[in-house]
Amino acid sequence: MERYQGILAYCETANGKLSPLDTELLGTGSQLATELGQSLSALLIGTDVGAIASEPLAYGASKVYVVEGPLFKDYITEIYLVGLAKVISETSPEIVLLGQTQIGRDLAPRLAFRLKTAATLDCTALTIDPATKRMLMTKPVFGGNAMAIQMCEVSPQIVTLRSKAFSPPVKDSSRQGEIIKISVAIDPASTRTKFLERKTEAVSGIKLEEAKVIVTGGRGIGGPEGFKQLEELAQILKGAVGASRPPCDNKWVSDNLQVGLTGKIVSPKMCIAVAVSGSSQHLSGYSGAKVIVAINKDAEANIFKVAHYGVVGDWKKVLPVFLAEVKKLVS
Amino acid sequence: MINIIVCVKQTTDPEAPPCSFKIDSSANRVIFPAGIPPVISTFDEYAMEAALRIKDKVGGKITALSLGVNLLRDVVKKTLSMGADELVLLEDPAFADGDSWSTAYALSMAIKKIGDYDLILCGRQAVDWDSGQVGSGIAEILGLPSVTVARKVEIVEGKARVERVIPDGYELIEMSLPGVVTLGNEHAAPRYPNVRSIMAAKRKEPIVWKPADIGVDPAMIGSRGRRVKLTRLFQSARYTKCEMVSADTPEEAARKLVAKLRANKVI
Ligand SMILES: Cc1cc2nc3c(=O)[nH]c(=O)nc-3n(C[C@H](O)[C@H](O)[C@H](O)COP(=O)(O)OP(=O)(O)OC[C@H]3O[C@@H](n4cnc5c(N)ncnc54)[C@H](O)[C@@H]3O)c2cc1C
Repeated sequence: MERYQGILAYCETANGKLSPLDTELLGTGSQLATELGQSLSALLIGTDVGAIASEPLAYGASKVYVVEGPLFKDYITEIYLVGLAKVISETSPEIVLLGQTQIGRDLAPRLAFRLKTAATLDCTALTIDPATKRMLMTKPVFGGNAMAIQMCEVSPQIVTLRSKAFSPPVKDSSRQGEIIKISVAIDPASTRTKFLERKTEAVSGIKLEEAKVIVTGGRGIGGPEGFKQLEELAQILKGAVGASRPPCDNKWVSDNLQVGLTGKIVSPKMCIAVAVSGSSQHLSGYSGAKVIVAINKDAEANIFKVAHYGVVGDWKKVLPVFLAEVKKLVS
Repeated sequence: MINIIVCVKQTTDPEAPPCSFKIDSSANRVIFPAGIPPVISTFDEYAMEAALRIKDKVGGKITALSLGVNLLRDVVKKTLSMGADELVLLEDPAFADGDSWSTAYALSMAIKKIGDYDLILCGRQAVDWDSGQVGSGIAEILGLPSVTVARKVEIVEGKARVERVIPDGYELIEMSLPGVVTLGNEHAAPRYPNVRSIMAAKRKEPIVWKPADIGVDPAMIGSRGRRVKLTRLFQSARYTKCEMVSADTPEEAARKLVAKLRANKVI
C-alpha cells in the first residue's frame, strides 16, 4: 500500500501574487506539518507562476511544485484537475489544502472522488487528533447555525479553508527550499469544457473583502434608492457597501455585493447593518467583524443578538441624521 | 429535445428563525423544529428553475430525483407542481445519514438506471450540511464534465452554455453533453407553481426505488458508506451584549448613537 506523507497546499494566486488566503493556507499547513513531524509543500498552477515560485517558501513551504503552461491560462475544471491529480499521485501527500474559493470549492470534491477519498469544504479550524494523527476538521453547517467536527477515514485528506478563518504566518524571505517543475500534458481536444469569455464588473472604490468599514443593507431597505444613502455613508467612512441576499436577488444591487455563506467573507473593523434581520447565513460572512452596529425596526431581530450597538427604529428616519452627524465628525 | 435530471433534497427550512434551531449534542443530531415543515433545499429549486427554462425553450423531459427518508409527499411533489414530468424517490432507511460520497454514489446509480439523460442539474450545496460536493461527485462517478455554481444555463447547438459565477462577475463556459451543472441563487428565481399544476401534482405518484432496484451494495450507501465521520456537532454561542441606544425620536437616537460610537473611538 502507498504511504501518504506530508502536506500539500494548492495556492491559486491572484494578480501574479500569492493571495491572502494562499498565505493562510501556508500558515495552517506549516502548523499541521510541525505537529505531524512532516513537511509542507506548495503547488502553483498557471501560465507564468514560475516567477513567484519562491514566494511560498517565505511562508513555510519547504518545496514548491510548479505546473506551468498555456493550457492553464483560464480556469477549466478538467484541466486543472489533471494537473492537481498528477502532482498528488507523484507526491502522495497525507493532507491537501485548498482555499474555499470558486476554484477551490469546484476542484476539491472532484479531486476527492477521483482519488477515491473524501473532501471537507469550508473549514474554519483544523487540528490533529492525538490518537489517530488524522485531522479533526471543523466546518459550519446548517447555514452557520451549528458547527460540525469531522474526520476523514481515507487518504489523502482533502479540505478547503474558509477565507479569514485562519491567521496568516509571518513572512520570512530568508527561508530556502526546493522548486520542482512538474510537466503535465493534456490533449486540448480531449476536454469537454471550453472557456469562452469572462465578464467582470469593475468595483469602484474599496473592495468589500479589504474594507475596514462596511455598510450592509438588507431587504428592509426596500429598493435601489435606499442603497444610495448607504453608499454615501460608506464613502464618508472610507468603506464599502455590502448587502444581504434579498437586495441581490431583487437586483437592487449587484450580486457581487452579497455578504455571507454563499457570498463574500469580510472582516472589517466595523460593520453597520441596516434593515438586516441577521440570518445565520448572512452573519457567516462577517463573523470577523470587530464591531457591529445595527439599525432595525424590530427589537426582536436576531441581528441585535450579535451586534455591539443597536438602534430600534425605521432606518429612513435614523439613517439621514446618522449620516449628517458622521459627516460633521469627519469634516 | 433534451432530457434533464434534477437532484433535489428535502431539508429543514433554512429560513426558520435562528432561535428555533436546536441540536441534541449527545447524539450529534439536529432536532427538527416542531411546526416548521421541511422544504426542498433552496438551491435545488434554482436547479429546477434552470431545467424548466431549458425545457420551455428547447423542449424535453424533466425527471426530479430525490434521496432520503421520510420524504413528505407534499414537499417533494413541489418539483412536479413546478413542472417536472416525473419524480423518482430513493427512499429507504439504508439511504439515510450518508455523506457526500455515499449520497453521490447512490444518485449516480439511480441516474444510470434512468439512463436517458443529457443534463444533470443540482443545487450548489444542500442547505443543511452545506457540503457542496454531490454535483461534482456525480460527474466524477459517471465520468462527465461539470460546471459548478452557475447563474444561467442555455442549450446552444447541442451543447450547454453555462455562466459560472466568479467573485466579480461570471465566466461563460461551453460544455458538451451529457454533463453536470450546479446552480446558485445568482440564477433567476424559482417560479411559483400555479393552482392547476399543484392539483395535477397531487394526482401524480412518484416512483420509489429501493437499494436493490438500482443495484447498489448496501455497504456503500447511507451511513454505512460514509468516508467522513461526524465526531461532534455543536452550537457556538456567539452572542454579544448589545448596547441599545434609545431616545424619544429616531432622529435623537441617531445623534446619540454617533456620539456613543465617537466616545468609544469606533468612528
Ligand atoms: C444555503 C443558504 C445560503 C444563504 N446565503 C446567504 C448569504 O450568503 N448572504 C445572505 O445575506 N443571505 C443568505 N441566505 C439567505 C438568508 O437565509 C436570509 O434569507 C437573508 O439573509 C435575509 O436577508 P435580510 O436580513 O435582508 O432580510 P429579512 O430577513 O427579510 O430581514 C429584513 C429586516 O429588515 C427590517 N426592516 C424592514 N423595514 C425596515 C425599516 N424601514 N427600518 C428598519 N428595519 C427594517 C426587518 O425588521 C427585518 O429584520 C442564504 C440562505 C440559504 C438557504
